[in-house]
Amino acid sequence: MSRFMSIIRRDLHLAMRQGMDSLMVVAFFVIAVVLFPFGVGPEPNILARIAPGVIWVAALLSSMLSLERLFQADFEDGSLELLALQPVALEITVMAKVCVHWLTTGLPLIIAAPLLAVLMNLPEDGFRVLLIALLLGTPTLSLIGAIGAALILGSRRGGILLSLLVLPLYIPVLIFGVSAVDAVIGGFSDKPQLLILSGILVAALALCPWAGAAAVRQGLE
Amino acid sequence: MPLFTGTDLVCFRAGRIVFAGLDFALSAGEALVLRGPNGSGKSSLLRLMAGLSRPLGGTIDWQSGPVSKDPEAHNARLHYIGHADPVKPVLTVTENIRFWSSLRTGSSDGDSLPLALEKLGIGYLADVPGRFLAAGQKRRVNLARILASPAPLWLLDEPSTALDRAAGKSLNDAIAGHRASGGMVVVSSHAEESLADAREIDIGQFQADAP
Repeated sequence: MSRFMSIIRRDLHLAMRQGMDSLMVVAFFVIAVVLFPFGVGPEPNILARIAPGVIWVAALLSSMLSLERLFQADFEDGSLELLALQPVALEITVMAKVCVHWLTTGLPLIIAAPLLAVLMNLPEDGFRVLLIALLLGTPTLSLIGAIGAALILGSRRGGILLSLLVLPLYIPVLIFGVSAVDAVIGGFSDKPQLLILSGILVAALALCPWAGAAAVRQGLE
Repeated sequence: MPLFTGTDLVCFRAGRIVFAGLDFALSAGEALVLRGPNGSGKSSLLRLMAGLSRPLGGTIDWQSGPVSKDPEAHNARLHYIGHADPVKPVLTVTENIRFWSSLRTGSSDGDSLPLALEKLGIGYLADVPGRFLAAGQKRRVNLARILASPAPLWLLDEPSTALDRAAGKSLNDAIAGHRASGGMVVVSSHAEESLADAREIDIGQFQADAP
């Protein structure tokens, strides 16, 4: 456990000092959402109707934006090789990196989301459920993304390949994340959708560190 | 009684057999020097020894148990130095090394760290961020990393790359000290320099298809 923490501490440290990554992700998120009123016109009802979907899609894309660097920086300078040679299970190392990814991208997205919801004229009832759904959904995005990030190790132009690998796997989170918000706005219960989102998160927690570690091993060979 | 042995190793990489039928054995305090022309498989053999890749055939054993059975236990007893020096540009030398020691010991006390830096002549760099280091200094930091936390088996892939003469000497002193305390070293090298009473393997001999 203390080793898990020391990887997290080091990566957070690196993220802080290298600095701008988190801010850029949030900035991308904001800009991507702000584009929609320009594209579809400032009609409040239309914006309110598409708000949950737009916010979720923008969140998916921005969380994917920083995935490429998840293992790549450590891969390039030989740190990843060395991380695989420590008396720590590689699964734990991968899990630590996923946590740091969520802390530096998922969490800032959740913090920025209410502002964008106001901008998109999301009905008041939807705010709480949007945040809960993002809280359950974004860790899943980081977990699934870690597999993709590990699979592209060593390939050129990995970024595009990564989006092709990862985005289809994001679809279930998108569907249930959006429909939870839509349900509440339409006056229904959000419980089934939130339960399914939690289920997906638990499954991802159980499977993704293993798949990610296997992919990292493959990438190092 | 050799501690660390490999029997009948076959290495397969990038669609060809790199070497086949290779054996090695190391007892406490011994050193093994890998020789051979570029591309003959020195690095591949070191990676097999470290467990970064698996041999196509043959086994690598530690005290008569295969290392692939418990990779984490094997990781705990080895130090590996590859081609790259994992020194993060934004962390200071001390922070860089302390992170790696904390992964091995599970704590972050660094009593042996100043001594390790001193041994390699980079005590004055302790608080300098990695981005200001020259290639040779990065290599010394990487070497200080393995001095800072003890492990019985050192796997060094051309460790003297980018080192000047003084640092080369402190490297040799470090290896001698490690062996005196019962440690084992495997070094790959195409330079002429040699270690005192070390075993040597010429990997060129084991090439399946001689060029």
